[in-house]
Amino acid sequence: MRRNGGLGFIYLSLLVALLLTVMPMPQQVKLFRPDWALLVVLYWTMALPGRVNILTAFVLGFLTDVLVGTVLGVNALAFSVVTFIVAVNYLKIRNFSVIQQALLIGLFLALYHLLLFWLSHFLTGVYFLPAYLWPVLTGMLVWPWLFWLLRRYRRQFKIQ
Amino acid sequence: MNAIFSRGPLLGLRLLLAVLCSVGLMVVDRYTERSTQLRSFLTSAVSPLFYIASLPETLLSGATEQFMSHQRLLDENARLKETLLRQNGQLQLLGYLQQENSKLRALLGSAPLADGQRLVAEILAVYSHPFSHQVVLNKGKNDGVTEHQPLIDERGVVGQIVSVGPTSSRALLISDNTHAISVRAERTGIRTVAEGLGQWDLLRVIHLPQSADIRVGDRLLTSGLDGLFPEGYPVAEVSRVQQDESQPFMTVYAKPYAQLDRIRHVLLLWPGARLEDVLDAEEPN
Repeated sequence: MRRNGGLGFIYLSLLVALLLTVMPMPQQVKLFRPDWALLVVLYWTMALPGRVNILTAFVLGFLTDVLVGTVLGVNALAFSVVTFIVAVNYLKIRNFSVIQQALLIGLFLALYHLLLFWLSHFLTGVYFLPAYLWPVLTGMLVWPWLFWLLRRYRRQFKIQ
Repeated sequence: MNAIFSRGPLLGLRLLLAVLCSVGLMVVDRYTERSTQLRSFLTSAVSPLFYIASLPETLLSGATEQFMSHQRLLDENARLKETLLRQNGQLQLLGYLQQENSKLRALLGSAPLADGQRLVAEILAVYSHPFSHQVVLNKGKNDGVTEHQPLIDERGVVGQIVSVGPTSSRALLISDNTHAISVRAERTGIRTVAEGLGQWDLLRVIHLPQSADIRVGDRLLTSGLDGLFPEGYPVAEVSRVQQDESQPFMTVYAKPYAQLDRIRHVLLLWPGARLEDVLDAEEPN
């Protein structure tokens, strides 16, 4: 078995997730955009915790900071913390049904947004609007499909 | 199996490192002077991503134009010609007024209002994270764009450039939470500051005493006192005034003229006074 099997495919999926994060869209749709990058990192952490974990999450969070224009390090920190929780509990989470997983992912996304808001509040004094939490809901709804898609992708290219 | 047992502490350590690095980044970005350079460097490093990400939209709008019917194109052409004619008429008058204005200013002995250079830029990406209202433009250092350069559209002030790459740059919008702009009410001449709230259609006008004369519908123009934005461009219209005697200041909200959530093209301004500096800085290269 090749030690390096399919690492390129993992990075490709992460790149696509980043592109989806910055793809131009109408303002009304943007508000509901799921946090693609985080969802994809969480999937890979759950599936291959030995290959993708906190370092990948940190780098991807940092890239999100650069692309999105938030204070550098804010997304990196939130990504790392959420990925840490998943990496510690990946064996338990894997055994849940997809619906239960989606609910759990909703919880993680809520934590992510809380961290993001909290840090931004201290650093730049942003105000909270309930509309900021829409991505939690859309992320939850997207999870079962994303999970299915990425699992097929993983099996197709035998990434391990 | 060994890998599983060694995971616990290892992961904890990694998390600690990641958190420390993030906190370091935050401090550097927020509280030091180097951050603008760092941001500019990073902007240029990731600019290909923006070009790729906006590709589908560009193709789509290109295709729509390709298949637009002949009749519609003719209609649009006629409409644009009419608009051009009307605006040219107004421009003739403007030229005359400008001349008169500079003569009067010369008589008064005050400095003439310098006319600056301008450049049209296209928006590559509107990044809409609620905590940062920024746009990426397709013009950069190679086109003479500099940091803190003001940005307008056909209705009003849009924002200012915060970081510059070779072929793209990033602008902060006036609605961003960290942005504030010095304004003057057109009707009464009161000078104040309008700060962003992180909402597309709302600015907050701050530090207005209870006795200030301001009403809903007042136009707020740039005052030029911040040294960045040239004087006299429309910024926002006062949309709500709340007076509460128990508070030291009035609560006033305003709606930006520029449609910040759907801008496609913007004008980059080189305010007159700085034009020579820009050219001087470019010549040695």
